[in-house]
Amino acid sequence: MHDTATTFLELGAVLFVLGVLGHFALRVGISPIPLYLIGGLAFGHGGILPLGASEDFIEIGAEIGVILLLLTLGLEYTAEELLHGLRKQAPAGVLDLTLNAAPGVVAAFVLGWGPLAAVVMGGVTAISSSGIIAKVLGDLGRIGNRETPVVLSVLVLEDLAMAVYLPVVTALLAHHTVARGSLTVAVALGALVAVLYVALRHSDKVTLLVFSPNSDRNDEVLLLRSLGLTLLVAGVAQRMQVSAAVGAFLVGIALSGPVAEGAHEVLMPLRDLFAAVFFVFFGLQTDPVEIPPVLLAASLLALAGVATKVATGWWAARRAGIATMGRYRAGAALVARGEFSIVIAGLAVAAGVNPQLGPLAACYVLLMAVLGPLAARFVEPVVRTVRRWSQARRSPDHAPARGA
Amino acid sequence: MDVEETPLPGIGLRHDFSTRSGRRLGVVSRHDGRRDLVIYDAEDPDASRESITLTPEEGDVLSELLGAPHIVEKLADISRAFAGLVGEQIELTAGSPYADRTLGDTQARTRTGASIVAVVRDHQVLASPRPDFQFHPGDVVVVVGTPENTAAVAQLLRAG
Repeated sequence: MHDTATTFLELGAVLFVLGVLGHFALRVGISPIPLYLIGGLAFGHGGILPLGASEDFIEIGAEIGVILLLLTLGLEYTAEELLHGLRKQAPAGVLDLTLNAAPGVVAAFVLGWGPLAAVVMGGVTAISSSGIIAKVLGDLGRIGNRETPVVLSVLVLEDLAMAVYLPVVTALLAHHTVARGSLTVAVALGALVAVLYVALRHSDKVTLLVFSPNSDRNDEVLLLRSLGLTLLVAGVAQRMQVSAAVGAFLVGIALSGPVAEGAHEVLMPLRDLFAAVFFVFFGLQTDPVEIPPVLLAASLLALAGVATKVATGWWAARRAGIATMGRYRAGAALVARGEFSIVIAGLAVAAGVNPQLGPLAACYVLLMAVLGPLAARFVEPVVRTVRRWSQARRSPDHAPARGA
Repeated sequence: MDVEETPLPGIGLRHDFSTRSGRRLGVVSRHDGRRDLVIYDAEDPDASRESITLTPEEGDVLSELLGAPHIVEKLADISRAFAGLVGEQIELTAGSPYADRTLGDTQARTRTGASIVAVVRDHQVLASPRPDFQFHPGDVVVVVGTPENTAAVAQLLRAG
């Protein structure tokens, strides 16, 4: 009895504080993700108010959070959109992933963490936060802008790359033998191709598993069936050593049409809850005293991360025939990193790759989740000011030579 | 006039075009039914100066204000061009033998000669329904044919 009461008190306090932090983030106009991480740091080991009783619940909740993050991500796309993006923006996607993985890979080797950590850190720095970026584009009224499809296609490719990357990393982290690891990767890729095929050709049949068009829509039934199916598939994927998150992502892609929209709608609140729990869990696992030693590395990574994403967006937008200002907007829009960097780092932390990797990733995401929206908001005035300044320097006519 | 269509993955579809006066306008149709009316910047044609998000109802009102008289005119032209044909709207009641059955089951074209060209459901027009299209009670079935033919379809949908 006593334990239950403590768990309720702790959980209630955590959720309430997250709510207050989220409110504050909305007021200031930034993403709540960095604040949730800070909340987790405060509640975790070595924090101001360590939690003990509710840690088991938070751990399971965090895993459900990852599954729901990936499921709702998959629900946002149809298989057609994924393949269309792949065909149209493949060169931009390749540039995006190599250029943006580079700082993480280099950092891991410079710090002497070895190749496994390099693969993880490459993923952490490569992947933008589609959640933050979609919200920022909406808030700034840039959904209709002509560079926005470029930004979205890059995000689509990153998400598709995640579906390949996650099982590979899971296999590597599990210290499989090469044969075992390649088998896992082959299974994951096979599943991805099979799901894309089914989603393209037989989406209506998959959809029937979750919703029968004969009956009126019932939110409760839709919620239970879509969540149940997702957890089942995630469980099977986990058993096959693929990655529960990838399974959830594939379920999201396979569902389409009004059912996907309906499922998205009913799952949203649940995802928001468990995703917040996930960010807190990651913060919980990080001891705040480990942050200062990695602060310099994280800041350098953040600078490199801004530069490489701006370059990627600039290049991709130029390919699509967008003018200079639009190229900078596209670049700045891509800067934000968030949920998926933490998902990747979370896997590595759970596998015990390097004790400093968690704090570094947390610090990096703290910086990038704040810098991203700021970069998107202020890129235009900054570019304009720099241009005016350089024009003034180039033409010395304005110098008061005549009067002197 | 060239209307450009651009898919926006995860969001919807964007249509945009230039007016004769040189301004660019666009509409983003989101998956959830909302519409964004986008007015592009005169100096930076890639950027939207104004972007107004409309609920489905607001979008309907705007489109009615902008285009509805025009559509009615066009419909009048069509009926003049095909004299002798009429378009009828028949509501499918819950008592109909074809409620929750498919269009193919009615064999409407074979039995009456009229064509079911569209179904209006929840204020949405579902054009060119296929034989496996399933009727729901409350659907409004749009039929084109001679007056006798369309009356026969009405009778068919009411009483089988």
